[in-house]
Amino acid sequence: MLSIVDLYASVNDQLILKGLNLQINPGEVHAIMGPNGSGKSTLAQVLAGHENYTVDETRGSVVFQGEDLLALSPEERARQGLFLAFQYPVEIQGITNSSFLQTALNEIRKSRGEEEMDALDFAQFLKKKMELVEMQEDFAERFVNFGFSGGEKKRNEILQLAVLEPALAILDETDSGLDIDALRTVASGVNRLRSPQRSFLLITHYQRLLDYIQPDFVHVLYDGKLIQSGGKELALKLEEQGYNWIREAEETLPA
Amino acid sequence: MNQKNIEVQEMVRKRYEHGWTTAIESDSFDKGLNEDVIVALSRIKNEPDWMTEWRLNAFRLWQQMEIPRWAKLVYPDPDFQDISYYSAPKSAVSPRSLDEVDPKLVETFTKLGIPLEEQKRLSGVAVDAVFDSVSVATTHQQILKRQGIIFCPISEAIQEHPDLVQKYLGSVVPQGDNFYASLNSAVFSGGSFVYIPAGVTCPMDLSTYFRINAKHTGQFERTLIIAEEGSKVSYLEGCTAPIRDENQLHAAVVELVAHKDASIRYATVQNWYAGDDDGKGGIYNFVTKRGACLGDRSHISWTQIETGSAITWKYPSCLLKGKGSVGEFYSVALTKGKQQADTGTKMIHTGADTRSTIISKTISAGKSDSSYRGLVRVMPGAENARNYTQCDSLLMGNDCGAHTWPYIDVRNDSASVEHEASTSKINEDQLFYCQSRGIDREDAISLVVNGFCKEVLDHLPMEFAVEASRLLSVTLEGSVG
Repeated sequence: MLSIVDLYASVNDQLILKGLNLQINPGEVHAIMGPNGSGKSTLAQVLAGHENYTVDETRGSVVFQGEDLLALSPEERARQGLFLAFQYPVEIQGITNSSFLQTALNEIRKSRGEEEMDALDFAQFLKKKMELVEMQEDFAERFVNFGFSGGEKKRNEILQLAVLEPALAILDETDSGLDIDALRTVASGVNRLRSPQRSFLLITHYQRLLDYIQPDFVHVLYDGKLIQSGGKELALKLEEQGYNWIREAEETLPA
Repeated sequence: MNQKNIEVQEMVRKRYEHGWTTAIESDSFDKGLNEDVIVALSRIKNEPDWMTEWRLNAFRLWQQMEIPRWAKLVYPDPDFQDISYYSAPKSAVSPRSLDEVDPKLVETFTKLGIPLEEQKRLSGVAVDAVFDSVSVATTHQQILKRQGIIFCPISEAIQEHPDLVQKYLGSVVPQGDNFYASLNSAVFSGGSFVYIPAGVTCPMDLSTYFRINAKHTGQFERTLIIAEEGSKVSYLEGCTAPIRDENQLHAAVVELVAHKDASIRYATVQNWYAGDDDGKGGIYNFVTKRGACLGDRSHISWTQIETGSAITWKYPSCLLKGKGSVGEFYSVALTKGKQQADTGTKMIHTGADTRSTIISKTISAGKSDSSYRGLVRVMPGAENARNYTQCDSLLMGNDCGAHTWPYIDVRNDSASVEHEASTSKINEDQLFYCQSRGIDREDAISLVVNGFCKEVLDHLPMEFAVEASRLLSVTLEGSVG
């Protein structure tokens, strides 16, 4: 599904990712945890193709669904089945959620040679997806994220995920700023979208999210590299002991 | 950032799809303007003497006037002697039925998306098709006539309905109103006349489609719409012109009269040729549009989508005389290349309880320059007048300009006048967000721009809104890699 080898990336000439390696297979749920400034959001943005991030393509590679991901534009990545749930979803005034999503879905379908969905079919389709993430119907006709609360924005990201049905969904701190009820709804939406074909990469600060979405693998990102990998128990250990023990372990390693 | 800028510039490179010409034999006047030309024009249209006199009066006023220079526009003064003031296809001698219309003209309008064969039309829109200086066909006239509605070329109205024309022509925009309006009053030809009798709601949208075809000609059409007590009409105007290296002059006048409880909605999708990227060619558009809300509770609404013209100088206005009358102005102006637009509105409140709303959306790209210029005036007698103005500008790239010139003149303490303005650059975060959902950059720009314009597009009739939204996208389309 996704294979990241030796990824180096910088923003404003500052190197953030320093040789990151990660392999995600179909159906797997991976969680990446790490302290502030370790490069979590950079990883999400780099994978989605944000132009502010420069990848050192002489060193590593990112292969997604058999393709060189780094050679693709953000929209091509989306059409290949990559989805990023934004940490800070963007507001677009004047465009309804429903027409935004219909446009996006049809672009993706078109690129795959599938038939476009007409407005009527899409309305039906969207209604089901909204039920899935427990969103009220009137959100379909509201402008994209415009005037949404923090929780509503995050839920709207999950709705988009449900509509676009990607192969790999990256959730960038989707849990941040959510109260417990909102977190539970978002998590249950994600859980319903899990399938043997669909993989998830959860980027999070806190173990809390992983109480609701069970990961297959947990990785610790520190100073631009994944320095520890394990199962759910790693997340619990981080919760109990913080990141310091990892930091210490890392810094005492011989250079 | 610079790379980004270039990309956006490329994206807005114009693709003008109406830039072709129709090969057709025309009768045109020689270039030049004097009293003889005006008399000849009046004669070729078989006009009564009062009309000829009216034109000559206007011409004499015009000769005393100066070209207005207060707008934020830079262009060489047009040479008014280097223009032909009349051009008409030879075959367009007042056809009585559509079967008699030259197939070449029918084809021209079909190609522009204006099929003239009524029976084939799905939509309930009556069309007056104006080609250079003459109307070549007006559809649905008979159906409208049954309700007493008059919809015909203005030159026909001068012949057939002289009382109405004499009563109202120049009543809203007088012959001496301004330089270009006076010129128009002297030389106008083409344009539509609409009369809606009391109590009648016009059963279909009326529209006029203006096409400039001939070289070295100007188009000076005149439109007059009268809505009697309690009547309602929705009118649409579209315009295109071929791609030419020369600048062609378009100086129109539109007058609207709304009596008690009458309502007129006037919508324009202007898509004149705008010139090339270096500013060569394109239409110079100097238009005076004004509506008078004479009666109590009358209502006039202007909606305009401006994408064309090298120069736009246009301020569709409302005189709010009737008690409780309402004036509205909704505008989208998109400039690119080296286009310049100075456009806005005037809301003159003289009656009590009058209300006006102004929503202006300006999008500037390339090296273009766009200004909103608006006047809100509340006269002493206008008790409890209210105005709300909102002007938003969207900049694409670093080489364009957007300016807002609001004039507010309030002479009655009970008035409430609000003005909001914003200027922003196209938001890269929004574009990336759209792209990350599979929408390519070009479509993302068009989506964001359409969203920006939504409040205005919502005021267009359905069919026109779709066309306008498509036009915004096409205009923004380019050759992005």
